[in-house]
Amino acid sequence: MLSVLKDLARYMSVRKKWWLFPIIAMLVLIGGLLVLAKGSAVAPFIYTVF
Amino acid sequence: MRILGISAFYHDSAAALIVDGRPVAAAQEERFTRVKHDNRFPEHAIRYCLDEAGLTLDDIDHVAFFEKPLLKFERLLETYLATAPHGFSSFRMAMPLWIKDKLFQKPGLVTALKPFAPSGAGIEDKLLFAEHHESHAASTYYASPFDEAVVLTMDGVGEWATSSVAIGRGQTLTTVKEIHWPHSLGLLYSAFTYYTGFRVNSGEYKVMGLAPYGVPRFADLIRKHLIDIRPDGSFWLDQRYFDYATGLTMTTRRFHELFGGNPRDPDAPLTQRDMDLAASVQLVTEEVMQLIVRDLSRTYDIDNLCLAGGVALNCVANGKLLRDGAFKSIFVQPAAGDAGGALGAALAAHARHALGERPALQPGEMDTLQGSYLGPAFAQDEIASRLERAGARFTVLDDDQLLDRTVDSLDRGDAVGWFQGRMEFGPRALGNRSILGDPRKPDMQKNLNLKIKFRESFRPFAPSVLAEDAADYFELDEASPYMLMVADVKRNRRVHLTSEQKQLFGIDQLNVPRSDIPAVTHVDYSARIQTVHAETNPRYHALISHFKKRTGCGVLVNTSFNVRGEPIVCMPEDAFRCFMGTGMETLAVGNCLLDKSAQNPDLATDYRSAFAPD
Repeated sequence: MLSVLKDLARYMSVRKKWWLFPIIAMLVLIGGLLVLAKGSAVAPFIYTVF
Repeated sequence: MRILGISAFYHDSAAALIVDGRPVAAAQEERFTRVKHDNRFPEHAIRYCLDEAGLTLDDIDHVAFFEKPLLKFERLLETYLATAPHGFSSFRMAMPLWIKDKLFQKPGLVTALKPFAPSGAGIEDKLLFAEHHESHAASTYYASPFDEAVVLTMDGVGEWATSSVAIGRGQTLTTVKEIHWPHSLGLLYSAFTYYTGFRVNSGEYKVMGLAPYGVPRFADLIRKHLIDIRPDGSFWLDQRYFDYATGLTMTTRRFHELFGGNPRDPDAPLTQRDMDLAASVQLVTEEVMQLIVRDLSRTYDIDNLCLAGGVALNCVANGKLLRDGAFKSIFVQPAAGDAGGALGAALAAHARHALGERPALQPGEMDTLQGSYLGPAFAQDEIASRLERAGARFTVLDDDQLLDRTVDSLDRGDAVGWFQGRMEFGPRALGNRSILGDPRKPDMQKNLNLKIKFRESFRPFAPSVLAEDAADYFELDEASPYMLMVADVKRNRRVHLTSEQKQLFGIDQLNVPRSDIPAVTHVDYSARIQTVHAETNPRYHALISHFKKRTGCGVLVNTSFNVRGEPIVCMPEDAFRCFMGTGMETLAVGNCLLDKSAQNPDLATDYRSAFAPD
């Protein structure tokens, strides 16, 4: 987890995207709740764009 | 320097190993797991690549991953922000996936790679990440024979880029411009793939094959409403018609209203309208590519063009680019889709981290890919024991006898499984994992489609032609070793159609022989050509030469050794299973020749339903 946070910080620094930090934090929080609520991470996309 | 390249977690996972800048081994994971387009971590492909070179991960200097996950995450978040609240349905599917798995790709890769490193240490320090389109560009430029080239990559989407232009000079490859998400030529094509009832990411090839049956009567609608094309070929897609950026499908209701109906149900029969839609999107795609390529030629004044990315698998468009003549030479990397990203990431890492120049081509080499025969091969003893274990009854022949008996079968009109040497890297079978037939037989296309491949009858087959004879059969002056160029059958080989035959429309055109090699002549007289070279595949070259000696015809029908929905066969036992489950009459695996009538019929499985249709 720590290495991922470090990579995220390095990415935001290199890309000059610090403004994304609060958004990432918020979206990750909401996403985390979705994980807890759903329990499954299988995406039924026609075309997975990520 | 030894570099392992990996593409994974999206579609078509693969691994590639390069040593001092030269590809040594490469394979797609689907071939080992038998799951088409397998997107899981390519553990089997990695194991194969390392074993092929007799290495472990401890011997590898770098492991290069084909894209940058955090940049992709950035694109996702910014898309959701820009389109909120419309993207919530996509967001609630995507976020759990990212938070559970994809954000942790780097530690995940380290963990997954540990079993390949006896020491278990230093893996994180070896990991490098290339951008998706950088991987595509490197995969084609560094494999090409050119010292200087314009490199064009086009696909669905990577991180942000959907198309990129780079300039390659010697060891350097510099990206000069990009088109960004959500404006994507690949996704425009995929939207029509979905709309015409085919599966996105695999059905694009079918749309391309369907296009010649249709009339491009929707092309104006596409140009007017869906895509704004500029004189330099750059483009902008009107997102009101597309759902892929924020939804779970490809097209919106507005798209359906524009083209007069809902997407075709995959089980519904194909109509002339579907063929016209296919013809229309194919035409617009070709126009965009042609504009881009002409502009690049004018701007950079460089003779050579390299192509990669999924759009570069559109061999009809590639053939038109070649004939357009904006560039003197065009090189298309055979694994142009995402699987080739594994090779590209490794080649990009080599360019950045290895000291020294690009490796020079060996005498007789057309590029560094060795004909794309970079997968596993099996020694004769191993083939025999694997076939015995599978219950096969076979005769072991010497090389001359094998060629003789195989040509006997082909001349009889049999469908022949041909499994030899190293497996091909990329989506095309190039004569080592192929089903072969006699192209002179008028019913060969229909029989192969319906009795062997269990696939749609409209789909054309490709010719393998002796490189030295290509100009006798096709309007093609260049080598096309990777089946990525389409050209017309020579006029003097075409059959004159009666006035009734000329009136036929759509799929009815299929049953009319159009040349003296009807099984490989599409309804518009085109053919997806593989030129076969003695330098890269001497055995296949010898077989076609033998066939020519017997029949006067230097061409064979070549289709991949699989059925619809199945990955191309990898192991001898895969080939035997496919042989037994289909209408194939003869199988040659190494020097073992199998006759269907001699086999135990109890070993035939219900192969038709074994794989979900693609």
